[in-house]
Amino acid sequence: MTSQTQPEPPILEIENLSVAYRQGGDWLLAVREATLQIRSGETYGLVGESGSGKTTLVLAIMRYLGENGSVRSGSILLQGRDLLALSKGEMRQVWGKQITMVPQNPQSSLNPSIRIGEQIAETLRFHQEMSAVKARSRAVELLEMVHIADPERVVQNYPHQISGGMQQRVMIAMALSSEPALLVLDEPTTSLDVTTQAVILDLVKELIQGRRTAALYVTHNLGVVAQVCDRVAVLYAGELVEDAATADLYSQPLHPYTRGLLDSVPRLGELKSQVQLRAIQGQIPPLGDRSLGCVFVSRCPLAVEICEQRPPLYEPDPSRRTRCHRWEEIQRGEVNAKQPASEQVRVGIEGGEEPGGSPLVLDLEDLDVHFPINRSLDEILRGGEPQVVRAVDGVSLEIKRGKTLGLVGESGSGKTTIARAITGLEVKTDGRIDLLSMSLPADLSKRDLDTLRHMQMIFQNPEEALNPYFTIGESLRRPFVRLLGMSAGEADRRVEQLLQSVSLPASYASRMPGQLSGGEKQRVAVARAFASNPDLLIADEPVTSLDVSVQASILNLLNNLQVEHQSSLLFISHNLAVVGYLADTIAVIYLGQLMEVAASQDLFEPPYHPYTEALLSAIPLADPAADQKQIRLEGEIPSPTDIPSGCPFHTRCPRFLGDICVEEIPPWRVDETTGKRYYCHIPVDELKAAQERVFSMEKAE
Amino acid sequence: MTSGTASGTQRIPTGAAPGRGRRFLLTLRQLYGKPASAVGTSIFLLFVFLALFGPLVAPYGLNQQIALDARQGPSPSHLFGTDTLGRDVFSRVLHGAREILLLTGVGTLLAVIAGTFFGLISGYLGGWVDEVIMRFFDSLLSLPALLLALLLLGTLGRTESSVLIVITVVYTPIVARVVRSVVLSVKSKGFIEAARLQGESLTWILFREILLTALPALTVEAALRFSYAIFLVASLGFLGVGVQPPSPNWGLMVKEARVAVSQTPWALYFPAAAISIVVIGVNLMADGLKRVLQATSSESI
Repeated sequence: MTSQTQPEPPILEIENLSVAYRQGGDWLLAVREATLQIRSGETYGLVGESGSGKTTLVLAIMRYLGENGSVRSGSILLQGRDLLALSKGEMRQVWGKQITMVPQNPQSSLNPSIRIGEQIAETLRFHQEMSAVKARSRAVELLEMVHIADPERVVQNYPHQISGGMQQRVMIAMALSSEPALLVLDEPTTSLDVTTQAVILDLVKELIQGRRTAALYVTHNLGVVAQVCDRVAVLYAGELVEDAATADLYSQPLHPYTRGLLDSVPRLGELKSQVQLRAIQGQIPPLGDRSLGCVFVSRCPLAVEICEQRPPLYEPDPSRRTRCHRWEEIQRGEVNAKQPASEQVRVGIEGGEEPGGSPLVLDLEDLDVHFPINRSLDEILRGGEPQVVRAVDGVSLEIKRGKTLGLVGESGSGKTTIARAITGLEVKTDGRIDLLSMSLPADLSKRDLDTLRHMQMIFQNPEEALNPYFTIGESLRRPFVRLLGMSAGEADRRVEQLLQSVSLPASYASRMPGQLSGGEKQRVAVARAFASNPDLLIADEPVTSLDVSVQASILNLLNNLQVEHQSSLLFISHNLAVVGYLADTIAVIYLGQLMEVAASQDLFEPPYHPYTEALLSAIPLADPAADQKQIRLEGEIPSPTDIPSGCPFHTRCPRFLGDICVEEIPPWRVDETTGKRYYCHIPVDELKAAQERVFSMEKAE
Repeated sequence: MTSGTASGTQRIPTGAAPGRGRRFLLTLRQLYGKPASAVGTSIFLLFVFLALFGPLVAPYGLNQQIALDARQGPSPSHLFGTDTLGRDVFSRVLHGAREILLLTGVGTLLAVIAGTFFGLISGYLGGWVDEVIMRFFDSLLSLPALLLALLLLGTLGRTESSVLIVITVVYTPIVARVVRSVVLSVKSKGFIEAARLQGESLTWILFREILLTALPALTVEAALRFSYAIFLVASLGFLGVGVQPPSPNWGLMVKEARVAVSQTPWALYFPAAAISIVVIGVNLMADGLKRVLQATSSESI
């Protein structure tokens, strides 16, 4: 978008760079012949899934590959200087001065035992040979630059005393302190919450705009790229498959992989009844097993004979490149690069409510889960009320048969605790949990097999979901044997059907989990959860740890099995786009309390609870042309040991009214037209008048 | 019978998973992948062989005294020489292999079984059960192993079974700690919670789900404990509080030969060398096992 017409030489110029790792006696190519240029003042996005080689490429640029990695061919020029020709000693002059980096996890990059100010000053003294006194005052200035409100105090703090968002600001301040030629940002917001991420992204944009620094932004998140980058390169299996200006890439991708990536995640506001997610078939081939032709050939819907040969770097126009033989046909619209919709998405009976209303499967009333904090001896002796963490505070929810309730919240909001209290893995403090009109005991060990059969759960991390020492068959057999009382032989036959229902070959029964990919493991976990034909399924962030291209297939699978089994689903996620897509009703939770409950098509329309409004505004939309209001939350989420009085959101609320929000508990207000209810002092009419739709996107065709 | 040791420590890694024979062979092959663990494993297997067949190979009886040959240096007829009583040191070292490996092997096995049991219970149940078990074990661990052994032998008498009890008591707390730490790291993982939600019994969760994941760490620990147990039994023999003469305990042999070290130094050197070689060997093997099993488990987790 930054249309620099003057022929300024790029800051970073990479040409035909190939990087390989040694494994056994062989060199396996991890990046092949990558070519890219980043100009001064430009933010360049590098997008790829895990295993795409993005980290390898970055490490190679920084000359920081491990012992077993090496650059096999090509060149890397930084401001015209050949980095590959430099010695380690000379590179040390480049690191931290000409190339700086903002890491994914600021916590592990800051020394926990040195004060923030001292850490920044150290960099300044080392790279810019500043005097100690000057470095210290410069550190304060740098913190001001990244909008830290109280820099004099923060320089005195140790890293653990400030939040993750603040730590990342400190890292950004340090990285920019030497006015580097190249700034590498490696997933800088991946470990942060959405509302914090939005603030950090704004900051990155603001700081880079005013500088001549070239930025390389590495991420897997297409939304983030659309928000901050001028150009985007898409990396797949070590090959830069496409490279274009951000707006062009999103409006008309010229490589089937880019198309696949864009189609595999729901955009904010899309519903399952309107749009179908298309998963990219298959999986990324491992190193050493990659096609010598086009790397995407094994998963490409457009693959033809010529694709067995490696595509050259085509240049559809001077500002974009693609490695697809068939780009012209794609551009002219003669072929459709969309992935086939193999898994037909079924939508449950829409609006087909039974006259008396469908029966409630789950009914929560005033659920409380409080965790006591261990007191010190001193506190015990002084007496007084023991402190508690109010993880979940007075939550009431219900799910009807066959319906999906989406529960969305940031980390620490208590969403997982709700799930665990329902399953009994965590013991509730108070309130009522009714499953099929039967009141459930709090503790899992007091529930009988019959209750357990009605309710199953899918966990977040597929790597931990299956016992690594059981075969897939053994893991899947257990629910049949235990919950349905089947004989071993009968169970084995059912295991085969079960594998089939999640599109895995029957031969997988004899495999160990270590032989499966993450997506396949999650399929098995989904299969296991459906084995006992549960009435209620709880899915806690089931796709969060999966790659973008396999997320869609798991979401589709979950949805289809749910419709088939007529199960109700409690779907928990921090990703509002995913929740919005899958759920019929959405509940927004903040600090253990519900803020808003609405049908998913209504959630995206005003009136919004001010927190929902801020959430919707913070989500990076995967559409550079989208129009999104900028509402940013100040400060950090308060600690759940010390929940603010009155409305829990009042400390950060952009629509703060005054004393009433601090002193009085807000009422539940109901929007009569939609049935949406929210927890706020502002009445429906006023809120409606004050708010506009937070975002609008052109609907994908 | 003598094979109690050998299979005791080796059967563990293969567990109940399918193709246990194949996995055992694979582990063995990987052990031979690095020189250090290859040497260690060879030493261990050699001593297991000696324990099994040594007494058959031994040219002389255990306590056979050849009066004419007393105090002879190593020679083709007496490879390791003879001691002051005219007993063949080579034959006694061979017999000693069986006695010490059997004793320590069974002792280690008992400690591993007891330690695993208490470790699983303590780690999984937590709360006061954990407190009681672990604080009791802490109190046992607060005494030096040798001191604890002396105390126990003082009350139990100096028999072989007392030595067995000593090994079990001394090493159970250590094994329990190792197992407990594994339990703590897996108990909150999804597959254990999924098992609970499937209504699996406590026994199933502990002895199937968790025990399997603890096996790699347990195997390594068992091998290490085994080498320390050899050390302990030899030390007790040397102090004269363990197994009593005329047993061919290597520690005891060193003690007996010490008095006459100027006349028959070989009678001291050879059993002492046997102790250190087997201890070093088992330790090297344990290191190798750690490398191999951790590599395979990180692959599968």
